Amino acid sequence: MAVFEEKPKISETKTKKHEIPSGLWVKCKQCGEIIYTKELRANAKVCAKCDYHFTMTAAERVAMLADEGTFREVDADLASVDVLKFTGVAAYSERLRTYHRQTGMNDAVMIGLAKLDGHDVSLAVMDFSFLGASMGSVVGEKITRAIEKATELKIPVIIVSASGGARMYEGILSLMQLAKTSGALALHAKAGLPYISVLTHPTTAGVMASYGSLGDVIIAEPKALIGFAGPRVIKETTQQELPEGFQTSEFLRERGLVDLIVHRKQLKQTLAQLLKYFSGRSGRKFKAAD
Amino acid sequence: MKIYTLEFEKPITELEQTLEALRGQAAEQKIDLSAQIHAIEEKLEATKKEIFTNLTPWQRVQLARHPKRPYMLDYLQRIATNFIELHGDRRFADDHAIVGGLTEIDDRRVMVIGQQKGRDTKENLMRNFGSPHPEGYRKALRLMQLAEKFDVPVICFIDTPGAYPGVGAEERHIAEAIAVNLREMMTLKTPLLAVVIGEGGSGGALGIGVCDRVLILENAYYSVISPEGCAAILWKDRANAAQAAAALKLTAKDLLELDVVDEVIPEPLGGAHKDYDETAASLKKAILKNLDKLWEMKTSDLLEARYKKYRRMGVFTRVEPKKRGRAKKDAAVVTPAPSTA
Ligand SMILES: [Zn+2]
Repeated sequence: MAVFEEKPKISETKTKKHEIPSGLWVKCKQCGEIIYTKELRANAKVCAKCDYHFTMTAAERVAMLADEGTFREVDADLASVDVLKFTGVAAYSERLRTYHRQTGMNDAVMIGLAKLDGHDVSLAVMDFSFLGASMGSVVGEKITRAIEKATELKIPVIIVSASGGARMYEGILSLMQLAKTSGALALHAKAGLPYISVLTHPTTAGVMASYGSLGDVIIAEPKALIGFAGPRVIKETTQQELPEGFQTSEFLRERGLVDLIVHRKQLKQTLAQLLKYFSGRSGRKFKAAD
Repeated sequence: MKIYTLEFEKPITELEQTLEALRGQAAEQKIDLSAQIHAIEEKLEATKKEIFTNLTPWQRVQLARHPKRPYMLDYLQRIATNFIELHGDRRFADDHAIVGGLTEIDDRRVMVIGQQKGRDTKENLMRNFGSPHPEGYRKALRLMQLAEKFDVPVICFIDTPGAYPGVGAEERHIAEAIAVNLREMMTLKTPLLAVVIGEGGSGGALGIGVCDRVLILENAYYSVISPEGCAAILWKDRANAAQAAAALKLTAKDLLELDVVDEVIPEPLGGAHKDYDETAASLKKAILKNLDKLWEMKTSDLLEARYKKYRRMGVFTRVEPKKRGRAKKDAAVVTPAPSTA
């Protein structure tokens, strides 16, 4: 299920950890424009010239979505265990240490309660810079806790996904996280509560085969790669040329999976408007139950 | 059908051929070769035992994929009666990689759903080698909901290399089809039983696998990724599949230790393909035993137990706040409190 866990080009050096070097300038991957990093950050990490959406860290995304000072992170200390004693070309425990050093995170997702335009929400944001945001036990557990907390407090849950798929190093236990997270969403749905899925570049495989695809509303960022199998695997298996724009946000909106494509700078207001529509007859803001 | 022999099965096949020749000679020439025959028989048994009690994970994967391995319909022929196959997802097509329908096992009426591989090239083209498209998962869900409506338990036979990675499958959202099944199966109000009979290929297997009890045949496997796929990514070479198979802990015994399956069903010495009837008999016994237990449970208890079963899957720890990232050496594995759901 893991499509390209090792693929994300995260260099081992600290300077490139979040795609944008800590230098003063960065080159846009799409149009080649040289952008002042400060400007890029001020512009929600979107290229002002061509609208290319650079990868955001979980912390940056949370800061963009949560009302200022309202995010309360939980379970930041949950960490993965090398339960299979995975022996391969690289030891799992070694990889975990490396990515922790690079990102400061213990695993690939950040969860907590926040306010979004005054609504109480449970928010989960995946971080692609941690081992390709592959889903192992910790990601599955934290996503499940974020959903269960929302169900308990009778508030919406918003999950911002990015992932290369299930984490091979945890074998079958990674696969079981698909069932665990989807199961939690079943109970959340039965309680009549909203779940909004936001798909960012790239979201594939295991996450798409579980919570990524299960939103009451599915939002995608422009031009994100979204799919089940990786394009290379499909090409090799079918010996077929892939259609133009295959597995992009735009392709999937035309094929009926994605409800809407939202520019990053409009994401928060779109979420706020949707929450307003989902808040029932009273139209009151979602408020956590005591 | 042509004889197909795995590399490690060769010593056995050779002895079997010798035995057959001797028996033929004895019958034809009307001579007594019973001493020689007996000696070869003993040697055959010993060789089988030696090879099959020390199988590597990779060898088991090969047995699970053995072209002569019994498939779902071979078992149904032996353990079930009055099978009525139901076709189609009512949306787009009938996916022949997933078979479903109503049948009787002894006096129990059940819905059976499972992936089906083909025996030859023509059949495999029809069955797509047991790799379902989205329609297969949607048909499976339709049949499960039908079973729920009429209070019929569901038995899922898992045997797939994986959901199909193709353009059409992506265009019709195979990931969504699987995800919806995972969500809906969790609250389906009828007993759900799964048996992994061959290959448990990742999400394609799990898409019909969220069940109250999950059984597995001794030489079947269940994995997050194929050993070849894992080797290609982590070793940069598919030739390392044997190492990947060992690292992934995908054998029945490993899965039982990881609490992902509930019971291992023994196979005849040499694998399920050596004796379809014997394997089918063991399978039937295990199915009925588990089904009857589930059938006795109150629906609310069944659903609570199902949720908890998957809720507790996963292993993780907490790191000390001041030294984030460094797990305590002796940290206990955190088991989440049972959910209130
Ligand atoms: Zn640009």
